[in-house]
Amino acid sequence: MTSVHVTDLVKDYKLRSGLKRTRLRAVDHVSLELVPGRTVALVGESGSGKSTIAKILTRMERPTSGTVDVRLEDGTAVDGAAYRREVQMVFQDPFASLNPFHSIEHHIARPLRIHKRTGTNEETHARVIEMLERVNLSPGEDLAPRRPHELSGGQRQRVAIARALAPGAQVLIADEPVSMLDVSIRLGVLNLLGRLQREDDLAVLYITHDLATARHFSDEIVVLYRGRVVERGPSDAVILDPRHDYTKLLAQAAPDPERPGRLAADAGPVDRDAIDNGRCYDHFAGQWRDAGVPTESKERSA
Amino acid sequence: MTTMSETARAERLAVAQPVLTVADLTVVYEVEKPVTAVRDADLTLHRGEILGLAGESGCGKTTLAYAVNRLHRPPARIASGRITFHDRSGEDIDILSLKEADLRLFRWEKLSMVFQGAMNALNPVTSVRAQLRDTLLAHRPGMSRAEVRERSADVLERVGVDPVRLGSYPHELSGGMRQRVMIAMAMLLEPQIMVMDEPTTALDVVVQRDILREIVRLRDELDFAVVFITHDLPLLLEISDRIAVMLDGEIVELDTADRLYRDARHPYTRKLLGSFPSLSGTRGSFIRDGVDQPEEPS
Amino acid sequence: MTNPKIPDAPPPGTGDESRVSDTRPKSGFRMLLPTMTPWLAVGLILVVGITVFGVLAPFLVGDPDQIRDQGLSGPSAEFPLGTTQTGQDVLAQLAYATRGSLQIGLIVGVLATILSCFFGIYGAYRGRLVDEAFSLLSNVFLVIPGLPLVIVISGFVPRESRGLWTIAVVLAVTGWAASARVLRAQTLSVRNRDYVAASKVSGERPWRVILVEILPNLLPVIASQFVFAVIAAILGEAGLSFIGLGASNSSTLGTMLFYAQNGFALPLGAWWWFVPPGLMIALFGMGLSIVNFSIDEIINPKLKNMRLHRKRARKAAKLERRLAQHRAVPDPEESGR
Repeated sequence: MTSVHVTDLVKDYKLRSGLKRTRLRAVDHVSLELVPGRTVALVGESGSGKSTIAKILTRMERPTSGTVDVRLEDGTAVDGAAYRREVQMVFQDPFASLNPFHSIEHHIARPLRIHKRTGTNEETHARVIEMLERVNLSPGEDLAPRRPHELSGGQRQRVAIARALAPGAQVLIADEPVSMLDVSIRLGVLNLLGRLQREDDLAVLYITHDLATARHFSDEIVVLYRGRVVERGPSDAVILDPRHDYTKLLAQAAPDPERPGRLAADAGPVDRDAIDNGRCYDHFAGQWRDAGVPTESKERSA
Repeated sequence: MTTMSETARAERLAVAQPVLTVADLTVVYEVEKPVTAVRDADLTLHRGEILGLAGESGCGKTTLAYAVNRLHRPPARIASGRITFHDRSGEDIDILSLKEADLRLFRWEKLSMVFQGAMNALNPVTSVRAQLRDTLLAHRPGMSRAEVRERSADVLERVGVDPVRLGSYPHELSGGMRQRVMIAMAMLLEPQIMVMDEPTTALDVVVQRDILREIVRLRDELDFAVVFITHDLPLLLEISDRIAVMLDGEIVELDTADRLYRDARHPYTRKLLGSFPSLSGTRGSFIRDGVDQPEEPS
Repeated sequence: MTNPKIPDAPPPGTGDESRVSDTRPKSGFRMLLPTMTPWLAVGLILVVGITVFGVLAPFLVGDPDQIRDQGLSGPSAEFPLGTTQTGQDVLAQLAYATRGSLQIGLIVGVLATILSCFFGIYGAYRGRLVDEAFSLLSNVFLVIPGLPLVIVISGFVPRESRGLWTIAVVLAVTGWAASARVLRAQTLSVRNRDYVAASKVSGERPWRVILVEILPNLLPVIASQFVFAVIAAILGEAGLSFIGLGASNSSTLGTMLFYAQNGFALPLGAWWWFVPPGLMIALFGMGLSIVNFSIDEIINPKLKNMRLHRKRARKAAKLERRLAQHRAVPDPEESGR
């Protein structure tokens, strides 16, 4: 039962071309809340800053400003090694996220050992098998000694999920967990994530560019455009009743066989620079707010 | 609404003449244990039609597309079958018996391809203008400079890129723009067939949408046939007239897009359709509360 | 995304069935072994043969320094490789010299590899300032011309204290930089892979990330750099000894050549004196290089695929030609496949 409060996250990257130094704001005052049992989808195109947020949440990058506050159920703040135990990540590419040199067992046994979840070798092995079977990789005894290249993409992603859960993580960052997989196994992996979430009451951040799965898999959708949150709200509200121009554009662009013939009726290319990312529609509050400003002034403006 | 596109589709199919016929095509990979990548494929492509080729990785859809203009490279080989191109002039060309030199003329002139990730296949050190010119002059050696310039500007405009961009280098263009340039390059010689292999997979949805719209519009204007290969079935359902679904090297179902969506016969097609939660409908809501099944061995 | 990027790659799905049935646990190291090819076999035979000769032969031959009165005699039953000017047995000398050269090659190879691993891998992993500093250092060592420096250093060290180890250290210090650059480049690429990030996220300590997650994936590169270092060391030492700056009281292939040169073996036509050590160096170098080509195939799987590819392409072309001949008369056997 761990929750995460992200407040006013800002990440600047320094760019240097010749003598000129410029600053690129990849993430601009993004606030999020992850609570147990709920899935928040972070939707946006490449370069919108969603992967940067994942990196900051998993402490692979430091934010320029803003806070990530992770608290256990009893209110104690999580830091240091415990942070690595509580917050884990599933990477996008299952072909790159497993070390080709090591067996499947190694990938799951290591986090178990690091976080002292097991003692003896036998105990560790039993836990590894148990974890594998939990992600529907059975027989685990058969799979544990294999190496990643002997597994299919879907199986590898299941191993990656087992590894993320091995330390006993309560917060899971899933960075496009199914976009590299074959279509017919995507839902299987999402279903697995959904089941594990219900069983362990996990807080999940689902990062994706696919609106359809975001709508059905998550409870809340946060739309990111050029580093800023431009719309947030319950999944169905955001997808079926988008308010911001950018969300509308996204919803319009996603193929939808339920509404055929839209392609011919489309207006044509939209000038992206004309889309304003200075405002954010909050479906929970039912009103517009300023985007890219600190939370306090946001509240004042509301 | 019985949409415009549906009636348009029906009309097109009614008057359609074949432009390419593939019969009993089998392609084998000569590896240690020979693998049949395409098995007895039968396919007729009609003039001005968008034919979707759907399937998952390793189903043979790319191999099929490459074999159609003999771009397959060893160890792949065409083990049997017949591929006939029906030219606009009424002449029938047996592609499998073409000599190398004739084959080179045939490719790009009659049938062009847009590869997966083609946008990264542009030569980074020459301008767009030079690349278009080289392609044109390779096939039309007699063209004058003015004609080349005019034609280059024309194709760019057709794919929605400002001809000012002729002087640009590939790295100065965005991914979507580069992919448009590749499509312009493919239609430079006004081919009768364009084969597109995952042309939009690497692009963002909005950009993908713009390019799809362009492809459909160009097809309406210029009446070329398109073979559109992708794993994204919902996308195919929207843009194609007919869709072929491939599984393990075989075409398991080939039908019009509407019928395929409403009344798929093959269980694999239904499974594939079911794999895409719908954006506005209710399909897919089971993800949240559905049962989690063990992955079927593929 | 769902298609093989290379159009001629065999469909990935098809290999799965055979893999599933194969449940033997395999160690990661198995994957690092090169495939046996005729070339690799030749290389291994040369390297192993010469090594065995260097290790065992000294026990089987007589005293290489024993002076006899039958100087400069050609190969005979008693002395299969003849004698030197002072009547020493060339075969006995060759045995001890090979051992000496292998010894120095091995020592330098190990030392240079350790140095290059430290500066290359650790620097690249740490990044920023450490990387900059280590990079600068290896660049400096890279631009220093190796052999002249070795000559200068060896010249400065008095002959009495110029032992085997001194020469080995000198050769190692001048020889690690190029390998370090190669390893740095490789590490920079491995360091950014997702599995390294994943192991950091799961809380691995830095030294474990380097040793357990990164290093094994660099082993083929390290092995290849080691082989290079050994070749370079044997050649370098031979060069030094040949000009008389080698280790004192040691006998290597280089010192043999040095004495052959001093004894006017060439003008006197005593080929049996200088050809065996020269050939030994050449064959050993060749053997190691061939082994290195095979290691290259592991580092860059493209090379291996190219080899397999050529083989398969020949087969497919042959079948396709036959099909073309049979097209008029359909061949049931062909179309049935």
